[in-house]
Amino acid sequence: MFLKNTVAAIALTVAAGTAMADCGISEGRVSIVGNEFPAIQTVGANAMECASDSVEVSTNLTADHQTINLPGMQGNPAEYTSAIVANSSIVALMNEDVIRPLDDLIAAHGQSLKPNQIVTINGQAMAIAFMANAQHLVYRADVLEEAGVAVPTTYEEMLAAAEAIRAAGIMENPVGGPYAAGWNLAQEFNNMFLGFGGQHFEPGTANPTVNSEAGVKTLEMMKALSEYMNPDYLTHDSNGTNAEFRAGNTALMHMWGSRAATLVEAEGVPQEVVDGFAIAGPLTVGGGTTPASTLWWDGWTVAKNISDADAEATFKALLNGIDPSILSGEDVASQAVWLIDGYEPTEAAVGVFEAANSGTAPYPMLPYMGLMHTALGAELTDFMQGNESAEQALADVEAAYTAAAKENGFLQ
Amino acid sequence: MKHKTFFWFFLPTAMAMLIFIAAPIVSVVMQSLFLPHEAVLIQVENCGPFGCTQQTSIDQEATQALRDAAPMGRFAGLEVYFDRGHLATAEVAAAWRNSESLGAFFGELNNLPFYRAMAFTLTYTFTVTPLLIALGFFIAVGVNSVTRQLRGLLIFFSLLPMIVTPLVGSLILFWMIDARGVLGNLIQYLAADPDLSLKASTPLMWISLIIYGIWSSAPFAFVVFYAGLQTVPQDTLESAQIDGATRWQQIRYVLIPHLMPLITFVALIQLMDNFRVFEPIIGFSAQAHATSLSWIIFNDLGGETRQLSAAATTSVLTVLCVAILLTPVLVRTWRDFKGKA
Repeated sequence: MFLKNTVAAIALTVAAGTAMADCGISEGRVSIVGNEFPAIQTVGANAMECASDSVEVSTNLTADHQTINLPGMQGNPAEYTSAIVANSSIVALMNEDVIRPLDDLIAAHGQSLKPNQIVTINGQAMAIAFMANAQHLVYRADVLEEAGVAVPTTYEEMLAAAEAIRAAGIMENPVGGPYAAGWNLAQEFNNMFLGFGGQHFEPGTANPTVNSEAGVKTLEMMKALSEYMNPDYLTHDSNGTNAEFRAGNTALMHMWGSRAATLVEAEGVPQEVVDGFAIAGPLTVGGGTTPASTLWWDGWTVAKNISDADAEATFKALLNGIDPSILSGEDVASQAVWLIDGYEPTEAAVGVFEAANSGTAPYPMLPYMGLMHTALGAELTDFMQGNESAEQALADVEAAYTAAAKENGFLQ
Repeated sequence: MKHKTFFWFFLPTAMAMLIFIAAPIVSVVMQSLFLPHEAVLIQVENCGPFGCTQQTSIDQEATQALRDAAPMGRFAGLEVYFDRGHLATAEVAAAWRNSESLGAFFGELNNLPFYRAMAFTLTYTFTVTPLLIALGFFIAVGVNSVTRQLRGLLIFFSLLPMIVTPLVGSLILFWMIDARGVLGNLIQYLAADPDLSLKASTPLMWISLIIYGIWSSAPFAFVVFYAGLQTVPQDTLESAQIDGATRWQQIRYVLIPHLMPLITFVALIQLMDNFRVFEPIIGFSAQAHATSLSWIIFNDLGGETRQLSAAATTSVLTVLCVAILLTPVLVRTWRDFKGKA
């Protein structure tokens, strides 16, 4: 999900003056930055339809969005009038106070929004959510059947299933997962850690508590899973993991709902992968009842440092971007679990719905969670490569986090 | 040139250097001495698609008041320089006291981000620089001795690695050495080990990065040396031939001494460049195995919460390290200059 440094990942598209939709905008500038997965592409494309001779609409949808959204909104006037964010990345924008409350715009133009789409922080509406996301199980039904194992519901069963598939000689590395060093690896830790009932911080403070029994168990489970992964797993992000699945090299993986739905629609995917492709809810671990996953919403914000006219134009253009009418577009309904009025869940939404219904915890929206995420991403690789103990790795995470949190004023 | 003429002649350059080189460095140094204000945290109710929860958040108004009172932030002095993310003096001292052997001490050092990055960066710099100079030199001598008709074509092909954008070059190589790539498969076949993966082994990843470094920088050395070879005095070369010097002896006693100033120049530039190794680490997704100071800066700025002070401190340390690294070459150049004067 984060930071796939493919060249030319930036798809900067500026709409030429071909007005296709009347969004009720008289004039203004709309410039949207966000991630690049299919559902966001759809929202971006629909917002672009508001472009006219007097309204300039552009989007910059890239995997590197979160390294550029903050600097792009700090100027006055801000380069980006809107950032499409998730519950993790809105925190950085909140911390620096670059997005504006939307209450007045919602009152004036947001009648079509459902109450649960409005994300409020301390009573102020700060973002409009349009989809939910979570990581859940994606598997090959045909391979599991051939190996004679049931669909796993816990990570312990996943290990047993992986062993059965390997023992039967069907696949050498049946397990996949976005374990690339950095953001992805840290996210896999977070999922598993919450599944084991871990807490990242002492409640109400920024003191880290990852070096705990739950932390050690988490790392041991991740290590056990990695034994069944492609040996290059520390370089595989979501795109890399999906490529392995498409090539028919993995049978069990934990994947983002936003990417799973369209997984086998790429060109050249073998027929048995397309036929065997199946989705289930997230797994639990260690006898716990909370799934080892996190719930996410994706939504859009409006920049603070722009004129009221631009803010209004941005709000209207993005409302058009998430208009219920977009659901009639080809494949759009299956691209995500939309929070938009009129959305009927498709088969691809099973995983995310299951995650929401089984009590998965939302990703922690804490001001210092980003620093913890960075520390986890950098310090866990030594353990995964077998160079140090789980306790040492977690102590390193806490030390790295503490240094960063002190620098940023979260710890004394 | 009169001092006055020189002054007016040099003024535009000096102004540009002040604005584009000195000022940013001053700003980075300032940034490294200050920290963001302490965050004023409050408990708030957040609501969204998954219901409402009580969560910790930043009190924007109180924080803004702190920022307005002291826009530079908290003065920290050299605190950040010595914390765990940088020189980690306390951690190094503890490691020294607690380690029973030198090996254990270095093991502990390798656990600290700065020293871990230095271990790779220095290995990379001191293997890649001499090897790329040697390779560039031999390509230059080789191209210089083929017939003129072929030279243009050869020069073009020799320059290709430099023409290719570093990130693209490293990505291409990254895919080729993948366990399922062309080179990765070939290596598995040659080693008769189907599980061998370059990307999963730290030593093999280091070797891949070093080979990439030599491949991408050798053309620079080649171009410089090839230009230098065009200025070799033919009479010296001819007299060496008449004296019965072999081809190797001509290279050793005529060409290399003639090119020595250029070799120093290439070494200088490449030491600086290689110390700031960055693109291949990103292109190869090698951060689990190899990091560099530039990568640390990138990582500090790339998270959801940007760590500007930490990144600024690493930048200043990079500048200092490059200065230390270049001292021997600069001293030598200065001596040559004084000798001539």
